[in-house]
Amino acid sequence: MAKGPENRVLPSRADLSMTDTEDEFENLPAEQLPLDSWHRDHGARMVEFAGYEMPIQYEGIVAEHEWTRTRASLFDVSHMGQLMFAAADPGACAAALEALLPADLAHLKPRRVRYSMLLNETGGVLDDLMVTRLPDDSDAQFYMVVNGATKWDDIAHLREHLPDDITMTHLDDWALLALQGPEAAAALEALAPGVSDLGFMQAGSFEWAGGKASIWISRTGYSGEDGFEISIAADRVVAFADALVADERVKPAGLGARDSLRLEAGLPLYGHDLTEETDPVSAGLAFALSKSRHEAGGYMGHAACMVRLEDGGTAQRRVGLALEGRLPAREGAQVFAGDALVGTVTSGGFSPTLGHPIAMATIETEYAGNGTALELEVRGKRLPATVVPMPFVPHRYHRKGA
Amino acid sequence: MPRYFTEEHEWIEVDGDTATIGITDYAQEQLGDVVFVEVPGEGTELAKGKEAAVVESVKAASDVYAPISGTVTEGNSALEEDPALVNTSPEEDGWFFKLTVADAGELEGLMNEAAYRAFCEGL
Repeated sequence: MAKGPENRVLPSRADLSMTDTEDEFENLPAEQLPLDSWHRDHGARMVEFAGYEMPIQYEGIVAEHEWTRTRASLFDVSHMGQLMFAAADPGACAAALEALLPADLAHLKPRRVRYSMLLNETGGVLDDLMVTRLPDDSDAQFYMVVNGATKWDDIAHLREHLPDDITMTHLDDWALLALQGPEAAAALEALAPGVSDLGFMQAGSFEWAGGKASIWISRTGYSGEDGFEISIAADRVVAFADALVADERVKPAGLGARDSLRLEAGLPLYGHDLTEETDPVSAGLAFALSKSRHEAGGYMGHAACMVRLEDGGTAQRRVGLALEGRLPAREGAQVFAGDALVGTVTSGGFSPTLGHPIAMATIETEYAGNGTALELEVRGKRLPATVVPMPFVPHRYHRKGA
Repeated sequence: MPRYFTEEHEWIEVDGDTATIGITDYAQEQLGDVVFVEVPGEGTELAKGKEAAVVESVKAASDVYAPISGTVTEGNSALEEDPALVNTSPEEDGWFFKLTVADAGELEGLMNEAAYRAFCEGL
């Protein structure tokens, strides 16, 4: 097989799509996360990702993917950045963050989670993130989870632009787990009673009686399934992971399945489907620009975003593509309409659920309508592809009252 | 029939002047679930060390380079229908292609099975 730069086994043409954002870390030794030994003890194959050694798979990506869609899988996402924001005046904290995020944080209720992003002046996406308003009796007002590969840049950006009276704390001694799948609620309820009462995009503090620990749990995730993200002190996470997988409904899953699941769910991955060169409108994420802030604005990138909204669209759109056959088109594959180059694949792979390859691509808006027939070029071959709505596989979130 | 192995995790079984080439069980284990295999067509001239085939797993595409030079006599058409043969039977039914051996000298220095298994143990 091919020889890679380090003569590793089976180097890839386009390595796992997530890994090229790690370029900036390649000169630093990869750090170890709190569950490092736990992963190895459970048979994980470890790879370097976002500056950390992380599990890419245990028994196999397809098996872990299917287990997540039918049962419940435990993912370690402790590489992500967990940040807390506090101010003496709680209103000042919301106002300060609203200068950098397009979300309506002033009216966000306690224990509610919003998808949002950090934008630059031209409306380019610096990162996408989840932000939660903490309960009124908390020491801080907001909790934010940002991408692992971008967290140091995010922290620098926030420190530069937030007023001095906002205290930002990086919870680098807290682990973050995701438990995803239709049996996640029942499995987690056994350890943290009451958690199944949360609705999608709600969060709260729970007691893990067996481990005498307080944990922060959000009913969120990145698989398209019902599930939770669990923040727990690093020195308690091994015992908690043990308790979770002691339940026969729960198995560990790696980054490989996380990527194939989020792709099927139509969820963009920062560094690939979203970059500083993309904006929320062309990325199909205009819902993250809170309507209540369209007019008044007051956040970085607002003017640039409004121009795109009001002009009735953008020159390019992020779309989903369904391919025939079995040959996947990976990130970077060119998209053609006849002889015309009309776009580029931003992530792509084989869908275990659908049994055929799927992809996300940025393409010229003229060709972005559902049902448009296009071609993708892979190693000199043209593969037929059709624009289809996303998600590719329906979401099964636990929406209260739904 | 003698079977040779490379450090790049290919096996080569030689029968007279014909060789059958595939990837090893160790290789398929590292690749994970194979979803597509592109094998060279009959008549393709392969030079040692040049791209010969591509394996697509769920996570990525990987190149397979020709371990020896020769002319392809057959690609394994069963892999079109059932690429998972590479996972289930990598060293038998999941072979990639057959070629006529251009230079038997290129086989010198390749590992035998025992040496290859020992090589894998050390990885």
